[in-house]
Amino acid sequence: MGAPGTSPLGPESLRGYLLLAPALVVAFAMLVVPLLALIVLSFWSQDYFTLVKEFTFKNYAAIFALADKPIDFLANPFGIFEKPIYLTLLWRSIKMSLVATLIVVLLAYPMAYFLVFRVKRHKLVWLILITVPFWTSYLLRVFAWKVILGFNGVINSGLISLGLIDKPLEFLLYNPIAVTGTLAHSWAAFAILPIYVSLEKIDRSLLEAATDLGDGRLRRFLRVTLPLSMPGVIAATLLVFIPTVGDYITPTLVGGTEGVMIGNIIQSLFGKANNAPLGAAVSIIAMLAITLLVCLFLKLVGPGRSSAKGARA
Amino acid sequence: MTASETYISIRGVGKSFGAFQAVDDVSFDIGRGEFFSLLGPSGCGKTTLLRMLAGFEQPSRGEILIDGQPMSNVAPNRRPTNMVFQNYAIFPHLDVRANIGYGLARLRLPKSELNAIVDQALETIKLPGYGSRRPDQLSGGQRQRVALARALVCKPKVLLLDEPLGALDKKLREEMQLELRQIQRQVGITFVFVTHDQEEALTMSDRIAIMAKGKVLQIDTATRIYETPNCRTVAEFIGTMNFFDGVVKAVRGNEIEIDGGPLGTLLSGVSEHRPVTGERVSLAVRPEKLRLLKSAPAPGPNMIAGRMGPEAYLGDRSHYYVEAAGHPRRIAVATQKLTRSVESCVDEGQGVWLNWTPEACVLLPVS
Repeated sequence: MGAPGTSPLGPESLRGYLLLAPALVVAFAMLVVPLLALIVLSFWSQDYFTLVKEFTFKNYAAIFALADKPIDFLANPFGIFEKPIYLTLLWRSIKMSLVATLIVVLLAYPMAYFLVFRVKRHKLVWLILITVPFWTSYLLRVFAWKVILGFNGVINSGLISLGLIDKPLEFLLYNPIAVTGTLAHSWAAFAILPIYVSLEKIDRSLLEAATDLGDGRLRRFLRVTLPLSMPGVIAATLLVFIPTVGDYITPTLVGGTEGVMIGNIIQSLFGKANNAPLGAAVSIIAMLAITLLVCLFLKLVGPGRSSAKGARA
Repeated sequence: MTASETYISIRGVGKSFGAFQAVDDVSFDIGRGEFFSLLGPSGCGKTTLLRMLAGFEQPSRGEILIDGQPMSNVAPNRRPTNMVFQNYAIFPHLDVRANIGYGLARLRLPKSELNAIVDQALETIKLPGYGSRRPDQLSGGQRQRVALARALVCKPKVLLLDEPLGALDKKLREEMQLELRQIQRQVGITFVFVTHDQEEALTMSDRIAIMAKGKVLQIDTATRIYETPNCRTVAEFIGTMNFFDGVVKAVRGNEIEIDGGPLGTLLSGVSEHRPVTGERVSLAVRPEKLRLLKSAPAPGPNMIAGRMGPEAYLGDRSHYYVEAAGHPRRIAVATQKLTRSVESCVDEGQGVWLNWTPEACVLLPVS
């Protein structure tokens, strides 16, 4: 009673909410409200220049409407839809993001491993060095890749001056591979850091115990190090996969027509095409698809951690 | 019950970390089936020595042989040793069954056989039915048992234990001490046990090596370490010891006469250290070997007059601290409690006399 620090405002929970208030206000204003607005918008429609504020499923119907006569073009399974572009691009974006995520995690893991287990001194310097490329803007980094991969770019002019090729290689830029590679590079730090943290947390005596019990380096890695660093790998996967699916800067700059992603179409629907309601609907479908994939992924790799804790006697 | 057959041979082993000498030219043998303890204060090099046996550290100098085989080129996962770690190092992502069976995986046993071995191990450590528990559902003592079982199912020739009981409370620790000793007799393998707890080492070990500052000071059975320490450091580390310094006046047969200065003449029986006349020596007497008298006895050797100081009540006995004129430290005297009297037998400040027999003390060189 009357002890210093006791709030006169009331119980603990109220104080907790008060402390959270600034964050809650920001989250509500910047996240919940726009999301609700997006959902509402997706059920309206656009009639040339006027926004028709009446409830309709038209936009969703447009995305999923089946074609009268399926188009059999380049074995595209989405040919059964009347406007296959949205789902085709969504599927392509997910594939490209998955590949980029896989590359990022596969490259980031050895880096984080090296940092944790091989670097004895100046770890902080190494960590800072890894993040140095991320001190420039995302746009500039992607643009740098355009310079590297371009027709008269670093790689082509370098190979020509070495006499290895006669004319510039055209397959470097403006295709899904360029997009995937650029995405992989751009998001590397987001994967290295969580994996680094999860590896750093592993008790070294567990590794010694595994060795003591007869494991060689590879077996020990597969049986102890990798399972214990899975939380970091999962975090890295989500941190890279979720934002890259909707990215539109990278495909715009290095993607060409072949490398267009769902983000580009959403951007043009909101902009040039002037059909914000349809853009909102496509956005929501993309979000739902990502959510579904993430849930599926967590179900597969996060084996019942919470249920085991729940069983605690 | 010291085993005669040498099983582990440590020859001139040293380990330095930079300029720091963790283990300094240590040589000794451990017998087959022996319960051998490395005892010393923290930082004395005992854990480093154990880790060199396990292969986690390479000796900077010297050689370790296990069963006659030099170990310097044998990786830790190929050594005939298994270790129980100080923090148990139970794999948090595996259940108890998988933890215990961890070391057996490379044998590729049929599942039924593996399960039978693990069930047997769970029976031995008195945790039957705990196989599907996760480590975070176990208490400290249970984790300790799982760590022990995990090491034992691998059937090592040597079991290394790094302060395995340090994190347990006193009651549980005493229980586990007995259990460990019993398991060691059952399986009959060599145990090398690292501890800083002298009581633990004294109750469990066949032999004890006392270590300090990277060196081994004395290797002996528990009773010999307690009754005949070979230097002041060992005498001080194990139990409580009173030291009276003096100069040897005469050596006659079984008795050595010492001039104790203000303490008068001191008489000692012979012990390992054979002093010569004129040498400065320390006469060491355990608190329980001193007799506390309330009235002045007939004058003679080994007789110190003093004043009663504070009492330390230990339950089964009391330590009284006596201040003697001309002696820099308080002298500890242990008294047995033969009755349930709650009264102190002597008041603080009262004059008392201390007396002991020549056979009760050990002569040590002054270090």
